[in-house]
Amino acid sequence: MTAVLENSAEPDATPEVGAVPSFDVTLRIRRFNPEASEAAAYWEEFTVTAYGTDRVLDAMHKIKWEVDGSLTFRRSCAHGICGSDAMRINGRNRLACKALLKDLDPSKPITIEPIKGLPVVKDLVVDMEPFFASYREIMPFLITSGNAPSAERLQSAEQRERYDDTTKCILCAACTSSCPVFWNDGQYFGPAAIVNAHRFIFDSRDEGAEQRLEILNDKEGVWRCRTVFNCTEACPRGIEVTKAIQEVKRAMITRAF
Amino acid sequence: MSETTAAPELAAPRAPRNRRSTRTNYELYGWLFMRASGVLLLVLIFGHLYMNLMVGDGINAIDFAFVGGKWSSPLWQTWDLLMLWLAMIHGTNGVRTIINDYAERVGTRVVLKSALYLAFTITVVLGTLVIFTFEPCPAGADPELLASICFP
Ligand code: HEM
Ligand code: SF4
Ligand code: FES
Repeated sequence: MTAVLENSAEPDATPEVGAVPSFDVTLRIRRFNPEASEAAAYWEEFTVTAYGTDRVLDAMHKIKWEVDGSLTFRRSCAHGICGSDAMRINGRNRLACKALLKDLDPSKPITIEPIKGLPVVKDLVVDMEPFFASYREIMPFLITSGNAPSAERLQSAEQRERYDDTTKCILCAACTSSCPVFWNDGQYFGPAAIVNAHRFIFDSRDEGAEQRLEILNDKEGVWRCRTVFNCTEACPRGIEVTKAIQEVKRAMITRAF
Repeated sequence: MSETTAAPELAAPRAPRNRRSTRTNYELYGWLFMRASGVLLLVLIFGHLYMNLMVGDGINAIDFAFVGGKWSSPLWQTWDLLMLWLAMIHGTNGVRTIINDYAERVGTRVVLKSALYLAFTITVVLGTLVIFTFEPCPAGADPELLASICFP
């Protein structure tokens, strides 16, 4: 009836309190220099020492600041808010500032590529213009009629809840550049534009739903979605992107009949 | 005098979207049709398979007489006609989608879709013709091979 507590752990194995384990990690980065005499994309590997709390972005900073200053990528907030650093990490679109190295199996090289489907400007920087062009097309601003009220435009908690999910978008393009339909010819509006249209279509204060549905009823609009779910998986904000697209489809069908 | 260095030539961004207005409801109807016809095809195809392969002698009963007997009945004529048309429109529209999703160049799309629509037309025309003009009791045929309805 006596429980025996055995302390067999060797004393040296106990890590120092508060110490963060460090390890070497190899990043395999897709590079492209437009100014090179023969501008062609190639892979380059960098090995740096990182810590268990480091994100992919920290390792990339280390490379840029200490190893090769020519490595080019976008980042601004470094905390998952600005949407600057979406890239293809181990084949999946993620924000470099939100992907922890330890979650990516740092014992193997981690591949980093620019997001697909948009023209590469340099290394990991892509031209976002086609992405923002379709964002602008869905009119991402409040549309109302009549005089502006003298106080706030009121809305109930339920009405706000209706489109809450799609307000979280940070326009990082992770979803649109993960979509195989967008990869094909870049003509599809893309999940991000539809998410941002959804944010206004289902806002009780907005009166532009008709126009936005009309715009997305285009042959390159919501009907090109094949419910692949890549967008939902890619979204760093956890937005249910595919569901939002289906809700827009449903609104179009109820409008048509 | 200020001198400017020319910006390096970058790979051109994608050509600006050249969207003719395509805001008709065609894609909407197509999307709905895929689902509606899918549900009907489920009944038609499995009903067809059950009647041909499971009932009675099953697959061993299928011969010229079996087909001749079936196509003498307006029920099976209608059933098969509906199955032919729905499956062909459904399948053709599905392949059209796949071509749009995978063919990158306009020329490739035009060629593939032309071949698709040609195949659709030939199959539907021939199939419909056969269902309505099938002669179950051709004169001078071996009576062994004919359906019982040929001997009133
Ligand atoms: C058995 C009953 C069937 C059901 C319930 C069904 C259902 C569907 C649905 C809902 C779609 C649309 C998928 C999407 O929009 O992403 C689809 C696509 C398609 N169907 Fe069917 N279908 C059936 C039979 C058939 C038959 C008999 C054919 C061939 C003649 C066919 C060929 C296709 C093709 C080629 C596609 C396009 C594939 C794609 O969009 O990914 N289906 N089917
Ligand atoms: S929906 Fe998500 S993945 Fe797409 S742009 Fe917005 S935040 Fe990025
Ligand atoms: S740097 Fe701002 S989202 Fe990652």
